[in-house]
Amino acid sequence: MKRRKGWPRMHRVFQQPFKTAVLLLVWGWLLLLVLTPNLLVVGASVMTRDPGSFLSLPLTLDSYRQLFDPLYLDVFLNSLYMAGVTTFFCLLIGYPFAWALSGLGKQRQTLLIFLLIVPFWTNSLVRTYALKLLLATNGLTNNTLMGLGLINEPLKMLYTEGAVIIGLVYLLLPFMILPLYSVFDDLKRELLMASHDLGAGKLSTFLHVTVPLTLPGVLAGVMLVLLPAMGLFFVADILGGSRNLLVGNVIKNQFLDARNWPFGAAASVLLTLAMAVLLFAHRLSQRRLGEEAQT
Amino acid sequence: MSRWLPKTYLTLVYILLYLPILVLVVFSFNSSRTGYRWGGLSLEWYQSLFNNHAMVQAMWNSLWLALVAATVSTIIGALTALALHRYRFRGKRMLRGMLFVVMMSPEIVLAISLLALFLLVGIQLGFISLLLAHVTFCLPFVVITVMARLSGFDESLPEAARDLGANDFTMTRTVLIPVIMPALLAGWLLGFTLSLDDVVVSTFVSGPSYEILPLRIYSMVRVGLKPEVNALGTLLLVFSLTMLMLSQWILTRSKR
Repeated sequence: MKRRKGWPRMHRVFQQPFKTAVLLLVWGWLLLLVLTPNLLVVGASVMTRDPGSFLSLPLTLDSYRQLFDPLYLDVFLNSLYMAGVTTFFCLLIGYPFAWALSGLGKQRQTLLIFLLIVPFWTNSLVRTYALKLLLATNGLTNNTLMGLGLINEPLKMLYTEGAVIIGLVYLLLPFMILPLYSVFDDLKRELLMASHDLGAGKLSTFLHVTVPLTLPGVLAGVMLVLLPAMGLFFVADILGGSRNLLVGNVIKNQFLDARNWPFGAAASVLLTLAMAVLLFAHRLSQRRLGEEAQT
Repeated sequence: MSRWLPKTYLTLVYILLYLPILVLVVFSFNSSRTGYRWGGLSLEWYQSLFNNHAMVQAMWNSLWLALVAATVSTIIGALTALALHRYRFRGKRMLRGMLFVVMMSPEIVLAISLLALFLLVGIQLGFISLLLAHVTFCLPFVVITVMARLSGFDESLPEAARDLGANDFTMTRTVLIPVIMPALLAGWLLGFTLSLDDVVVSTFVSGPSYEILPLRIYSMVRVGLKPEVNALGTLLLVFSLTMLMLSQWILTRSKR
């Protein structure tokens, strides 16, 4: 059958009622519950705050200006800093982890990956709370250290930024490891051997072969860690005390407590833009690799 | 050295990953009130958990929500995966892209956008709003689970069915659905777990009329330590572990 260009003719629609119904269902769902709501948020971000109906005219960019108010700018930069540190530690732990994992036997890899996703399937709130047991002033870590005579006074770990970072790393580490593992798994051992045969040393092979080939995995991992690390408000609430530590806390407070929707929406648009930049970088790195592989 | 170093490293990371969970489980059987010191074996926290009516109600609410959300998202997600796999249509790339973006975007962005929608359209915050939200964030995970299964699948079977005179609907029912059954079950289990664990989205789109478990836990753990949470966490852990093992078992068994 010759395929026509242009919109499907009505008789084709009726010939394929199943296809039409499925596509209507999924497009309907995504347009109503993903696209429309996101456009609403963008719309809300340029409106004026209204205590009664949440939003009112006139249109204004005040909320975006407010993002640069020193009070909030501090929170954003601090949140970005904490997310950056979290991502750094996830990468630092995750990269060698994925490397070591990919070098094991197939059966053992399957088992270890399973053990890695078990936490992913368990309640993140409960796991954050479990960290609290370990980090509290009279908690297990302090008791153990004092019992061993290593410290005389309990360390203050809970309700610090450090505790929040530990919590974020703990929750997000699997999201860094899984994409890294998938690139290491695809990495052709022959390429590394070829590099070695061509006279490259270990360090040189690592820098010129391993790192570029695993870059898409690194970027995917960074994407999956950096943005959630700014949004997981409950980690900051539970481990950091009730302060505005993360962008997520700001957004939550603006929407649920302060009722300043335009400002909360603007903060969320900012996060979305950050995601767009990271997605773009990820695609770019993948495409570059694809081109290199073809030539 | 190069042999044992990676293994030691892996072991160390796994110990750190599991230490908090282990402590939680052990302390759920601790009779001491303060929660930090061992006071002897006891089941009192489990008891007080099940005597707490609001908690039990929230547990049932959560299970029911997860059940419905997982089922709806599996149906829509599987149909979407089939459409993406079998059909050519306009906007296919955009559809894939949108699903990818939903999966990648920070939960909080999805959460406030849905809150804005529900309040604007006038959907009361409660079961319906939670259901719509949960199905939305589960959907991409079901789609990729089913797509993965379809991509490794012999194309000649549906062709044969068609040659024998089956239309799309019949072919899907008799050939494709049995093939993707393991992926459907795995996707359903994943959706169920995601829904049961969600905190971020639920915080925004739930109302007082329908209290669910994660939010109840959240309000308990924000201040201080509640030994009941250890017991509840242990139960949830055992539950999720069972689900995960079930899903892995289904997937690996079907590969043979």
